[in-house]
Amino acid sequence: MALNYDQAIAAYDPTLGLEVHVELNTNSKMFCGCATEFGAEPNTQTCPVCLGLPGSLPAVNGKAIESSILIGLALNCSIAPFSRFARKNYFYPDMPKNFQTSQFDEPICVNGYLDVEIETDEGTKVFRIDIERVHMEEDTGKSLHVGGSTGRIHGAEYSLLDYNRAGIPLVEIVTKIIPNTGKYAPLVARAYVTELRDILRSLGVSDVKMEQGSLRCDANVSLAPAGSGQLGTRSETKNVNSLRSVERAVSGEIERQANRLQNGERIVQETRHFLEESGQTRPGRSKEQAEDYRYFPEPDLVPVAPDAAWIEELRATLPEKPSIRRKRLKIEWAVPDKEMASMVNAELLDTVEETVLLGSDPTKARSWWLGEISRLANEKEVAPTSLITPIQVAEVIALIASGELTDKLARQVVEGVINGEGTPQQVIDARGLKVVSDDSALMVAIEAAIASQPETAERIRGGNIPAAGALIGAVMKATGGQADAAKVRELLLKHLGQG
Amino acid sequence: MSAISRDEVAHLSRLARIEMTDSELDHLASELDLILGAVARVQEVAGADVPPTSHPLPLQNVFRPDVVTPSLTAAESLSGAPASAEQRFKVPQILGDAE
Ligand SMILES: [Zn+2]
Repeated sequence: MALNYDQAIAAYDPTLGLEVHVELNTNSKMFCGCATEFGAEPNTQTCPVCLGLPGSLPAVNGKAIESSILIGLALNCSIAPFSRFARKNYFYPDMPKNFQTSQFDEPICVNGYLDVEIETDEGTKVFRIDIERVHMEEDTGKSLHVGGSTGRIHGAEYSLLDYNRAGIPLVEIVTKIIPNTGKYAPLVARAYVTELRDILRSLGVSDVKMEQGSLRCDANVSLAPAGSGQLGTRSETKNVNSLRSVERAVSGEIERQANRLQNGERIVQETRHFLEESGQTRPGRSKEQAEDYRYFPEPDLVPVAPDAAWIEELRATLPEKPSIRRKRLKIEWAVPDKEMASMVNAELLDTVEETVLLGSDPTKARSWWLGEISRLANEKEVAPTSLITPIQVAEVIALIASGELTDKLARQVVEGVINGEGTPQQVIDARGLKVVSDDSALMVAIEAAIASQPETAERIRGGNIPAAGALIGAVMKATGGQADAAKVRELLLKHLGQG
Repeated sequence: MSAISRDEVAHLSRLARIEMTDSELDHLASELDLILGAVARVQEVAGADVPPTSHPLPLQNVFRPDVVTPSLTAAESLSGAPASAEQRFKVPQILGDAE
């Protein structure tokens, strides 16, 4: 009988370790001036330095150092007064130099922490994740394995290398082991990567696009018999590329390892690859033999020794922590937990805030972005923010508030803007979507409605106010929905002696 | 007491992906031992007050501004490659996984 997740967790305690690689969004690479644009034609962003040609010399990108220090500070780390780059030697064609310039025993930031919150049946729980180190390195090139059926290495006849990505600044953030998360391990892993992503985004140091690989997570998982306090053999699941996958990879590994242990098999220390479709992992390289990368200090680069003044200068620029900002906005906007979560999950918090700062009511701004605009964006399979700007949305909301647009007309205006018909005002003019507020024009329609339903009008005159609905409906229909219903009601009741 | 054993040389040759015969290993172990012995003598001279150095120049914090400079064209980049295809470097079948 295979153990399910709940049974696995009842029998074993999981321990996590998370390594996150983040590509910095500098204009140029870590050690050369090549551009870092995503999606460029293969090998058009390469030079003698990032191709490792003989005689070329690296030069450190100062902005990358600054970003790395900012990341360390945001994660409550100590910034090392002295750190060095090292060569990590290995044979694999994704680095044409045959080594990766990295940091080994002297990382730039050490000993930090990040508190993450998860919502559970037992209420909100906070877990402190200790950060072991933040170090700088460079990204590798992209390989394409040709031949064989799966696009994987095994069975491939040859491989093709694009070195555009080789040398893009990469920062690796490594946690200490994360014990005592119990059944919440998958949620804690996801919450950590989410919070980290939000922090990196707020710092403006990376695009943090998991789907494009600018943020990647390796998840270490091990199990020990429940209550034993031991540490089991771990597996490392590489390059998990979405928040949901982080959660699935961890829960999948817990189940897989528990079932092996239950059957008396041992856990092999190895890297595993996450399979997006099935949520399973498949085995990769065994790590039974300790790696020997023959690290040694990079002789072509001088040490990095940030002085205290520089560090304090950077510390002063740290933005508000995303978790604190969320709490603040939740109170300021009076948003229920669930709504707040959907705004964060839809990555619309910044956009809604921008709209509110342009004068819109927070509830209205939220409902437009999460409602109509998100719906249209889903249909087109694009991001809501690519369809319409906060300025345009704020303009539409202001026109509703002033009575110039009804909700219904506003939806047509938004649709027009999204279809590329221009600004809200241009759409209103071109489509003739103004609310009919001219009293005399409305009165013509009201009188016509009364003439067509004289008995209803009589009942209203007799004091049956709810009956007015039928006549208001007729007027709205006659004006093509462009009248303000409240205004129609007011004029109608007044006309029939009930105002 | 030798500074490097024959086993260590064999390990190094494996890491460096350089195939060596038994006689080459014997030969190199004794030769490397001599070189390491010479380096060890330099180490004896350095007192506790001399910090280990990785760079001959007393410099630190040498940074370049984050400015894009022209790259090579793809054709230039690939011009030194033994083989290429689809504007990419073509390499023989890779054994084993990525690092
Ligand atoms: Zn370059």
